[in-house]
Parts: sequence; C-alpha cells; structure tokens
Amino acid sequence: MPNWVRACGANDVDAEDLVRFDHGDRTFAFYRSPGDEYFCTDGLCTHEQVHLADGLVMDYEIECPKHNATFDYRTGEAKRAPACVSLATYPVKIENGSVWIEI
Amino acid sequence: MPNDGYRDYSLTGPNAKASFLGNAEWYASPAPRKRIKELMKRSDRLALTNYGNWLVLVVATGALLVAVWGTAWAWPVALAYGVFYGSGADSRWHETGHGTPFKTRWLNDAFYQLASFMSLRNPHLWRWSHTRHHSETVIVGRDPEIAFPRPPSIRNWVLNLLYIPAITKELGKMVRIAFGNLTDAEKSFLPESEWSKTFAASRAQLLVLSVVGLAAVTLQSWLPIFLIGLPTFYGSWLHHILATTQHAGLAEDVPDHRMNSRTFYLNPFFRFIYSNMNYHIEHHMYPIVPFYNLPALHEEIKADCPSPYGSLWACYREMVPAVLRQQADPNHYIRRPLPAGAGATPAYERPVIAAE
Repeated sequence: MPNWVRACGANDVDAEDLVRFDHGDRTFAFYRSPGDEYFCTDGLCTHEQVHLADGLVMDYEIECPKHNATFDYRTGEAKRAPACVSLATYPVKIENGSVWIEI
Repeated sequence: MPNDGYRDYSLTGPNAKASFLGNAEWYASPAPRKRIKELMKRSDRLALTNYGNWLVLVVATGALLVAVWGTAWAWPVALAYGVFYGSGADSRWHETGHGTPFKTRWLNDAFYQLASFMSLRNPHLWRWSHTRHHSETVIVGRDPEIAFPRPPSIRNWVLNLLYIPAITKELGKMVRIAFGNLTDAEKSFLPESEWSKTFAASRAQLLVLSVVGLAAVTLQSWLPIFLIGLPTFYGSWLHHILATTQHAGLAEDVPDHRMNSRTFYLNPFFRFIYSNMNYHIEHHMYPIVPFYNLPALHEEIKADCPSPYGSLWACYREMVPAVLRQQADPNHYIRRPLPAGAGATPAYERPVIAAE
C-alpha cells in the first residue's frame, strides 16, 4: 500500500528552492523547480550525510552546502564530485494546496 | 582541546582512526536562510570580470616579459608576471575547485584545469584533499592540509614563505602519480574510482611541461620555462604569505571555524590576487558562497565571530610569537575570544588521541 505523507503547504517552499521535511527518523528534501514543479529526494547528501536543505538550488540541481556535490533532484543523479552515489527520489502529489510524498 | 604534546598528524596513523569529528556538527553562525541563499548565488558576470582581468594581466605581463627578455627589465617584469601567474592561479585553483565562481559549470571546470596546471597541482587529488580539509578542518590525523603540525618546523616555515619546498614536492608528486603511484595517505581520501583520472591528469601536466622544456632546449633560451612552469616557483610567494594566515597557530581538533581559522582585512589588490580568502572563517563556515560575496557574508555574521585582524601585519604579529612558542610548548595555541552574545563553541572531545 502506498504511504502518502503530508510534507508541507505548496507555498511553504519558494520557486527554485527547497525545504527540509523530517518524518520519523528519516529526513527528506522537498523542492520546487523554477517551473513550479515539485520533487522530493532523501534529505542528506550521499557523500557525507550533510543536510541538503542548507544548499543551493540552481535550475534542476541541488548543490550540497558543504562540498558542492551536485545532484539532479528530478532523478537523484549525482552530477558532480565528491558525490559518487545518487539520491533516492520519491513520488510527490499536490492536493488542496498541500504537498504529499509517498515514502 | 589539545593536551598531549607531540602528535601524529599522518593520515594512516592512530589519530586517523580515532576521529569522528567529520560527523560532528560544525558550528555555523546564524544567518537568515534567505540572505545566505542570495549570497550563495553565482554570477558569470562577476566571475568573468575577475578571471578576465586576471588573464589579461597574466598575458600582458607575459608579453612584456618576452619583449624585455635579455635586458635588466626582465627581472622586475618577471616578478610581476610570476605573481599574477603563480599567486593568482593558486587562489583561483582553490575557488574553481569549490565550483563556486561561475554559474556556468564548464567555465568553472575550464578555469579549474588551467589554474591547477599553473599551480602544478593534480586537479583530482587536490579536489579530494580539499574536500577532506573542509570536512575535518585542522583535525589531527584527518586533515591532509595542516600546514603547521606542532611543533612547527621554523626552517620549513621560512622556506615555505617562498613556497619553494612545497612546489618542489608537488612536482615530485606529479612525476610519481604519472607513473601510477599513490601513497597510502592519498588513498585514504581519494576514492579508487578517481585514480585513473588522477594518473591521466599528472601525465598530461607532465607532457605539457616536457614540451616547454623541449622548446627551451631547442631555442637555447630560458624564456619558455620562465613563461610556463617556473613562475609557479618564483611567483607563488605572495599567495603563500597570505595563505599562511589561514590556520597557523590556532586551535586544533575543534568543530568551530571561528577557533581554527582567521579573518583579516586586506587591501583590494591583495584581495584580487588572493580571491578574498582573507575572509577565511566565512569561507569555511559557508563554503559554497562565492569569493565575491564573502565581504557581504562577513558583514552578515561578524557579530558572532572573533574580531577580525586589522591587517596582514597584525596576523603575523600574533602568529610568529605563537609558532615560536610552540617549538618548546606544542600545546600552546592562540585562543580567539568571542564577542558578547556570540554562539558558544560546541563541546567536543576526541575519543582517542595518540601521544608519542
């Protein structure tokens, strides 16, 4: 059974930015693209477990605030060293102004 | 805090195993997310202005050197060319290694390769070494870039003010890596997936230097190596005099860059050469803020940081006595007072520190 969890309001995140969302002992990063699409990935960089929520979103990439590892947040693909492992991604839906992620 | 005198700084010794500071929370001065986001933004215009001016100065002084070669004017012109080439490239190697100056990635990457060659650094090995330096800044046995292990060698310190021993070592490293040899210490921070690229980069750099050497022999002139390769030796001194201030004499093994890094005020010309790295606390605390936004970041967080030094001279006036004292007392270090109301340094003790 899919487990959809409400992450935040759709307007709680600016365009071309991200917010952190914690659920249980897990942490996620939730993105709003420049084109107002929404995406969700694991919240910690695969390189050294730094919270990506403090990083920089540029177009469709998130850059880790510690070492500039870069990921495509639509696919999770690691794009720049020191990240060698891609991020997990999660389905997202918008309902009644809220963002839901399937985890 | 250090209390054990002589220490093992090697990356393969007992301290390397003892550290888990990399997973500790490093202190960050509070600042609004919106403001930090503004400061993190990249600008090709600002970066190209700086890097374009730098390249023009390198090419112009290089052309002048060719023009006056064989006259007494060649020495002062070589001095100027060397500083733009060697010192200017070193700070730009660092900035583009972080990937922060340009919004356009290929521009960052192109300048990174160029500046790596000009500073005779292997682009892959140093990228990973510097990654570790930022993860575990001045953590004994973990940081590969501790320039002043205690007790510091005064001889090496003085010699390295001219950067010559360090650059000579880099050249030797280039040859060794070109032959496919990495030390255990290098393997401790360089993933195996990067090895082949690392070897290839050293081979390519060595090939270019060989062509320059061949040109010198063919032309029966020192000019080609005065233009390419040698400026790293005779022109990096200014960068090194500036960069020595970054961590020397300050605390080890503390997850707070306000305690192990130095911010000081500097004149605009030196800041151009040094890419604003005089704002070193700010750089370590928010490493993806590009160099041109560091003065603004400094204004944003300075109330939470130790008072900045007023000049380069002020840094040396504090550093030199501290480093001299560390000869007899390796436990000595400079304690930076925090202003009233500043956030506290996180309490942290390393689980095991090996004493010799």
